[in-house]
Amino acid sequence: MNGLTETLRIGLLRGGLELKQFMRQRESVVFTIFFPVILLFIFGTVFKDTIAPGVTFSQYFVAGMIASGLVNTGFQQLAITIPMERDFGTLKRLRGTPMSVASYFIGKALLVTILMILQTALLLVFGTLMFGLNMPTTPSSWITFTWLVILGSACSTVLGIAFSVVPKSGRGASAVVSPIVIILQFFSGVFFVFTSLPTWMQQFAAIFPLKWLTQGMRSVFLPADFATQEVAKNWEIGKTALVLVIWLVLGLIFAVKKFKWSQE
Amino acid sequence: MSQSPAIEISGLVKNYGAKAALAGIDLTVERGEIFALLGPNGAGKTTTVEILEGYRKASSGRVSVLGFDPATKGSAAQKWRNQIGIVLQSTNDSADLSVIETISHFANYYEKPRDVQQVIDEVGLREKVNAKARELSGGQRRRLDVALGIIGSPQLLFLDEPTTGFDPEARRSFWELIRTLQSEGTTILLTTHYLDEAQALADRVAVINDGKIIEIATPDTLGGRNNAPAKVLWLENGSTQELFSNNPTEEVMKLSKRFDGQIPELQVLRPNLEEIYLRMIGELK
Repeated sequence: MNGLTETLRIGLLRGGLELKQFMRQRESVVFTIFFPVILLFIFGTVFKDTIAPGVTFSQYFVAGMIASGLVNTGFQQLAITIPMERDFGTLKRLRGTPMSVASYFIGKALLVTILMILQTALLLVFGTLMFGLNMPTTPSSWITFTWLVILGSACSTVLGIAFSVVPKSGRGASAVVSPIVIILQFFSGVFFVFTSLPTWMQQFAAIFPLKWLTQGMRSVFLPADFATQEVAKNWEIGKTALVLVIWLVLGLIFAVKKFKWSQE
Repeated sequence: MSQSPAIEISGLVKNYGAKAALAGIDLTVERGEIFALLGPNGAGKTTTVEILEGYRKASSGRVSVLGFDPATKGSAAQKWRNQIGIVLQSTNDSADLSVIETISHFANYYEKPRDVQQVIDEVGLREKVNAKARELSGGQRRRLDVALGIIGSPQLLFLDEPTTGFDPEARRSFWELIRTLQSEGTTILLTTHYLDEAQALADRVAVINDGKIIEIATPDTLGGRNNAPAKVLWLENGSTQELFSNNPTEEVMKLSKRFDGQIPELQVLRPNLEEIYLRMIGELK
């Protein structure tokens, strides 16, 4: 049998299995898929201001929530569940079978992609119905949106797998990972307008992918002339792609080299 | 490759820092054999088995499993994993999947999987096929582990303390399953805490302590058990009398003459495997 097709076939099967297991854990379904919608409801209800002519805060917030959704379903979810799988012996058992590690990664990537699509669709539908969200109208916006989602989920998946070596145990994983994500969300302009943050915070956030994803999503969901209100007076699309690709490559190298199948 | 022994170990050493977990193990397991590794906790059983399974690396020595070095990586290792089955100590995974979902999925990993329904029948989980792993009792959960270990029709099966937490009945039917696997040609390496399990199943046993093998023998001859003096017990003058003898038949005949036939409460005991074992590892004088 061809090794590559076999790896892919098993990877797809693993993706199906991962999704099945995920959907059976009601808490994680609610937390991962519905939580962003709940946040949108709260922020959209509380902050009714417009931040620029014709741009409501909820419009700004949806862009940030879609970006941070990529971080939630990929990075956060994997960096918490993989250490749990390590504790439960899932990984050790898999290690003892002919399944290749690439199939395991493909399965995870598939799970993240499907969750991401579900979560984004929910945000868009809910945002449109409740807060009169304006959908992007130009084809180029949709193209940007598509590659941002693909590159963003890939980056987020790989970094989640890489970061899974950090938590010492499954039980403690959430306490290690969640604060990092929440801090990045605050620093990256998800909950506040990015330009209203102190400069050091902006500069710190610019090291990490979330700031760039959020900014990229704003280029999709906000009017073109809003770009002048950004820090760089520009959407910096090329730089966004570059930062994401660098993180993706670094994350992939680290994940492949350092992945831990068991705690010892 | 089919001529090589199932497992061949020589001079196996494993150091953790300055501490030697294994201090030179030599061991050969023939194909088709059920081989049991006995030893107290921390003796080196799990370290040995995990080196054989490819989970840990040896510090030095030669290890060959089905003619293959388990420390090898890459696609050759994947091919090798097709021929072995591993049942780890208690695991807790796949809690949200049913028995049939889990076993069918794992069948996809192997080149020559066994029939899923047949495996479910063999491990006795037919009534539980649609139960989630989290709903299974400890013994049923262990059967699922075994099912996942044998689904790839392995030539060699590793069983690490497979019956911990079983009730006696579940234990006996589990032993039957292991014997069936052996009759189908599977080689089995078993670690266990239960001496009666080793006695019932194993063709040969190795006793390991402090990272060294003390003895390898059949369960009946371990520690000179077959030549050990038998204990003869009887009741006389209102109290139990005992003597040790290498020729208990003669003693019994003498006693029978003395009592003119019936000897009150006669017992003749050979040392059981547990006593021999405990003496070997220094727990019993």
